[in-house]
Amino acid sequence: MEKALFIIIAVIAVAAALNVLIQRNPLYSALSLIGTMAALSVLYVMLRAQFIAAVQIVVYAGAILVLFIFVIMLLNAPKQQLQIDKQKGLRYLAIPLAGLLLAEAFYVVWRVQDIAMPVVKEGEEAVGTTWSVGVALFTHYLLPFQVAGVLLLMALIGAVVLARREGDK
Amino acid sequence: MIQMMAILLQAQSRPPAAQSDAPIFGYIPIIIFFLIAVLLPVVLLGVSRLLHRRVFEREKLMPYECGIDPIGDARERFSVRFYIVAMLFLVFDVEVVFLFPWAVIYDKLALFGLVEMLIFIGILVVGYYYAWRKGALEWA
Repeated sequence: MEKALFIIIAVIAVAAALNVLIQRNPLYSALSLIGTMAALSVLYVMLRAQFIAAVQIVVYAGAILVLFIFVIMLLNAPKQQLQIDKQKGLRYLAIPLAGLLLAEAFYVVWRVQDIAMPVVKEGEEAVGTTWSVGVALFTHYLLPFQVAGVLLLMALIGAVVLARREGDK
Repeated sequence: MIQMMAILLQAQSRPPAAQSDAPIFGYIPIIIFFLIAVLLPVVLLGVSRLLHRRVFEREKLMPYECGIDPIGDARERFSVRFYIVAMLFLVFDVEVVFLFPWAVIYDKLALFGLVEMLIFIGILVVGYYYAWRKGALEWA
């Protein structure tokens, strides 16, 4: 049952990712990426990382995709893709690079095939829920949490500085 | 979205116990919800495609813009100001993500958690104040 569900979700994720590449209109690609994100979120739940799954939807499918779509609309790419045809040389570089990535993926699959998922006992404290993430984040990982706040501040100031128009005060 | 938040906000003072079967089976309502969300537009559009009469007129093929004749091209460049708002949204979205686990275990943390979160939000309020003073929130 779980394996069947995994295969269905994995096929949806890969199909949506392929659709991102196939679509000519970049907006359709961006929308298809939402499908990949949603499928990944289901995979996170299956890995018992429920909090990450919810964050995946809220942050990636919500906010990051909004940024992608705004970039596409800001740049306002023409319907036909003119840029790709100019760089034919890159195509020959793409084949060995893709082969390398594939070999890497197969190596990882080959290495981890006999490592079983840790067995979870009934009644034990669950990991991956919002509760356990909260306990870890606000006690043991207190400093990284505050550093994350500073990181967000840097992103905020960077966005304001970079996007400011010339001549603004 | 609201369902998701309801799950995140199940506040409890005891840690949730692990289940031996995969947690995905607790998410069956959400799976059904997603299926309905996908099927509904597919069925509605499919049925209307099967049933409608194919009559095309100039008015019918025009983009609908509140009944006014459209002006200019739809593929216009959008102002960069939309992008600033989206970036600010992203930052505060991530901030809110940190608020969820904090709210769930607030019972346990008590005053310590409150101070912790005040410092965190204080850091971000500085950025908010900066963006405000630099006019990133102004539209004109």
